[in-house]
Amino acid sequence: MIDADKKPLPQHVDAVVIGGGTAGCAAAMHLANAGKRVVLFEQRLAGAQASGQNYGGVRQQGRCPEELPISFRARRIWDRLPEIVGHDCGFRPSGHIKLARTAEEFAGLEAWAEMARGFGLNVAILSGNVLRAEHNYLGSWVYGGSYCATDGHANPRLVGPLFARAAERAGVDLRECCPVAKLERDGAGFRVSLADGRSTRADVAINTAGAWGADIAAQLGETYDEHVLSPNMIVTEPAAPIFAASFGVCGGDIYFRQTPRGNVLFGGGRGISDKSRLWARPLATVSVQAAAKMIGFIPAVAHLAVIRSWSGIDGSMPDDRPVLGPSPSVPGLFHAFGFSGHGFQLGPAVGEVLADLVLAGHTETDISGLSPLRFTPSTIGAA
Amino acid sequence: MSAPAIVIVGAGPAGVRAAEVLAGAGLRPILLDEGDRCGGQIYRQPPDPRKRPYAKLYGTEAERARALHETFSRIAPEIDYRPRTLVWDVAGGQVMVHAGGGVGRIPYSHLLLATGATDRTLPLPGWTLPGVYTLGGAQIALKAQDCLIGKRVAFVGTGPLLYLVAVQYARAGAEVAAVIDSGTRAAQVANALGLLAQPKVALRGLGFVAELKRRGVPVLKGAIPEAIEQTADGLAVKLGARRFACDAVGLGYGLRAETQLADLAGVPRRFDAAQQTWVPESGADGRTPAAGVYVAGDGAGILGADAAELRGARAAFALLEDLGKPVDAAKTKTLEAGIARWARFRAAIDGMFPVPAAALAALPDDAVVCRCERITVADIRRVAALAKPEDVNRLKAFGRAGMGRCQGRFCGENAQAILAAITGAAPSALGAHRAQAPIKPIPLDDMTRVAPNTDPIVEEAAQ
Repeated sequence: MIDADKKPLPQHVDAVVIGGGTAGCAAAMHLANAGKRVVLFEQRLAGAQASGQNYGGVRQQGRCPEELPISFRARRIWDRLPEIVGHDCGFRPSGHIKLARTAEEFAGLEAWAEMARGFGLNVAILSGNVLRAEHNYLGSWVYGGSYCATDGHANPRLVGPLFARAAERAGVDLRECCPVAKLERDGAGFRVSLADGRSTRADVAINTAGAWGADIAAQLGETYDEHVLSPNMIVTEPAAPIFAASFGVCGGDIYFRQTPRGNVLFGGGRGISDKSRLWARPLATVSVQAAAKMIGFIPAVAHLAVIRSWSGIDGSMPDDRPVLGPSPSVPGLFHAFGFSGHGFQLGPAVGEVLADLVLAGHTETDISGLSPLRFTPSTIGAA
Repeated sequence: MSAPAIVIVGAGPAGVRAAEVLAGAGLRPILLDEGDRCGGQIYRQPPDPRKRPYAKLYGTEAERARALHETFSRIAPEIDYRPRTLVWDVAGGQVMVHAGGGVGRIPYSHLLLATGATDRTLPLPGWTLPGVYTLGGAQIALKAQDCLIGKRVAFVGTGPLLYLVAVQYARAGAEVAAVIDSGTRAAQVANALGLLAQPKVALRGLGFVAELKRRGVPVLKGAIPEAIEQTADGLAVKLGARRFACDAVGLGYGLRAETQLADLAGVPRRFDAAQQTWVPESGADGRTPAAGVYVAGDGAGILGADAAELRGARAAFALLEDLGKPVDAAKTKTLEAGIARWARFRAAIDGMFPVPAAALAALPDDAVVCRCERITVADIRRVAALAKPEDVNRLKAFGRAGMGRCQGRFCGENAQAILAAITGAAPSALGAHRAQAPIKPIPLDDMTRVAPNTDPIVEEAAQ
């Protein structure tokens, strides 16, 4: 709910969530469902930045091993969106094909498949000839690929906002257009203040602030080297179905899917942004290059008209992995930010994991490789 | 200092008058226009203008049209005119264009946007049926193609254009089935005094109404049809118990400014309560809060074609002032006084022919609001209940209204009014659709080729 009439904040809550993306809204919802009093502050609108402006890939394939356990947990949640948020959010388990342009890239796909098998995930390795026989719309650029049948794609414009509404129904006091001015320690808990002087106390603080995650952490003395990542996204007019699977390419410079409505949606390269004023724009240079690549992979789209392009603001970490877990230096503070351009699929599970950590003190999902500890060794002793 | 690179977008009344002033000051503006020939929509020219006389093409506006076209012919050698050129993005001091099957960029130091207006529709059930045109579209068929949209045509909407087009059709030999105006007689009487700001124009308008009546055309005021229906032999406009049989409908509830490029150029927009739409922030001199960006003509807010000529000239003088060139203060004062007169006249027109907001709020569930994505009133109501969109951009994100080829140019205001009625919010609190490049569709493969006479957007794309 937009905080237009500046209604008073609760004096004290069990948990405050900072950042209304999918992860923050899901975490808030689960905590409220467990009987906790939760207030969530979103600086503008829930699900409007990285959660809402991304490509919409629901993919396990291609992730680093550290992300796979939580990605598997997320994948199970995606099937249950109708019961959780009341809508399927356009999720289609269409499969995901990762394409290689060269023998070297193809070897990389084989190595990844081998690794993933160790985690119990099977992907099929397909030669260029087999791929083109089964997917005759693919152009000559394709050397080979790998196929993960359980991956798919969804509509990012719905997921975050619908988790926000579900959180509100669960009893979360969700405040949109409410940027947090200050987060500080207050006894054993926290005090969160807004620019207009209103404040609330909380036993637990959850930092799901996306590209602003490091800024929130910095208020409590932790330093993270987070950078802004703004994807350059393009969509064409709707067309009859050409392809069902979602596609990625080794190197990540182009990715594409066709929406249930028929629009061919593709991304590649980076737009520009100014996170201080929540402003992001695609770049014509990047769009033109992406258009050429798109046609290279699927020549049949050449005649379609581009109708729109956009960008958003995500946070990225130096090793392209999110920061997820308890703060190394501040008890009661939990981080989940810096999803580095591939957090959309993870969001619903990140919310569950955060709720596990708050409610039970641990989670069954192995998130050790995403721990904040890998970036802030110097602050551990200080805590 | 290098010579200023001035780009004007739009070769209608405002753009041509701006080019005239700049060329007169010894500058050589680049004039980009989507059309084949200059004139904009109002003074649009047929493919071969010699075939039909001005009086027949433009009627009462013949002299103005001729003057504008002749001015253009005179200055053409002094400017860099590029027809059939769509500007689809503005960023980093450059406009991106689509022309000749390719794309390219043109750097500018000053940008003057004279992007004009489009019809505002009311999404009555049936408005997307074949045979239903906007009033502007019906007029263009007549001017540019020398043809009528039908033999027996009903005109539905409000505003001066409603009567003008009906008269033009009657004179061109169409049978006008009815003119159905949502404006009430009471509102028209109450605001009539303001018309004295332009008495000649007002008299001409009254003359149109009288001529229609003389021709036996039913003219209904304060009336909004419930639907346009398909019948065995054409269409019918349903109004209470009456059915006006026709084979085509001209539909238009006033005009709305084309503001996408201003938005991309960083010009903030403000809500114009009288016209119930968003317009770029600008002074009477055409200056905007964005440095080096000027707006003129109906794209800066609807004041009409005559005012557009004055606004184009005034904005060009502002541009010259900003370049440090000498400008005759008496001239700019006269222009501003003229613009102010048109603004007073327009306030009266807006009062006489208001946007039928109540009708928008009362549309039935099955009315199609967004025709690109086929989003109905019921869809908007469902999305509003489930996802609670805070503004029109969220309504678009959640429910696709405004997400199609036209980017909400034809449904934005209507979706906004419907959402306002559902939520109780003021329309002005519901934002304006963000413009997104490309503002009009561009074929994907054209994006990989370079438009003639432009810099490549990507250097490698030059081959």
